[in-house]
Amino acid sequence: MSTLHTVNKSPYERNAMTSCLGHVSAGDLVLLIEDGVLAARKGGSFAQALNAAKGACKIYVLAPDLAARGIGAGDVLEGVETVDYGGFVDLAASATRVCAWL
Amino acid sequence: MSDGQTKKKFFYLNRKAPYGTIYALESLEVVLIGAAFEQEVSLGFIDDGVFQLMNNQDAAGTGMKGFSKIYRALGDYEVRKLYVEKESLETRGLSVDDLMPITYEDEDEDYAEKPSIVVVDKAEMAKLIADQDVIMSF
Repeated sequence: MSTLHTVNKSPYERNAMTSCLGHVSAGDLVLLIEDGVLAARKGGSFAQALNAAKGACKIYVLAPDLAARGIGAGDVLEGVETVDYGGFVDLAASATRVCAWL
Repeated sequence: MSDGQTKKKFFYLNRKAPYGTIYALESLEVVLIGAAFEQEVSLGFIDDGVFQLMNNQDAAGTGMKGFSKIYRALGDYEVRKLYVEKESLETRGLSVDDLMPITYEDEDEDYAEKPSIVVVDKAEMAKLIADQDVIMSF
C-alpha cells in the first residue's frame, strides 16, 4: 500500500523535496532523480532532512543522474540507496501509486 | 460506471501558482478530461498551488486568458472535492476567505449548494495522497 514519491528538483532551488518529505506516509519510498539527486550529496544542507525522513521511509537516488553530475558513489549520504533505471522500474512496480514532486 | 469498469480515484496535486507557468491551466484541462471518463476525481492544492483558487483574479492586463472561472464550474462536472492545505495558506498570509466561493449542487439534498473547498492540514493531505489510485502532479 506504499507510495513511490519521485523528486526531480534541486532542494537548493525549489521546495519540491521539502514538501514531499512533509507529505510521506510510513513505509513510503522516495526516489531522487534528475536535479533531485543533488540533495543526496554528503555534507549538503539537506542531509539532516533526509536523515530524519529515513526513519519513516526508504530513500533512493538514481545512479545515472548522480554520475552525470559528478557525484561519486562514495559521496552519497549513508542510508540512501543507489538504483539504476531497472531499479527505478522495480520501485514503481512495487508501489501502489506514484506521486511526482515537480 | 455503466459499462462495469472499475472507477478509480484520481487525485490532481497542484503545487504551482497560476499564470507564471502553464501547469495550473494544463491541470484544469486534464481534470475535465478525467471527469468526462466518470472517474472519482478530487484535487489537492498545496504550496503555491493555493494561489490558483484566489478570489478576484483578473488576468486581462497581462494579455493572458483568465481561467479562474473554470474552477467554479467544476461542480457541474461532478468534481466536488478541492482539498486546500491549511499550512500552505497560512505561510502565504491567506485564509479560506481569500479563496473563490466554489460550490456544487447536492442532488441528494434538493440541490442545496455546498462548498467544494475543504481545508485540510498537512497530515490529512498526506493521508489523502496515500488513499489514491492515480496521482497526477502539476
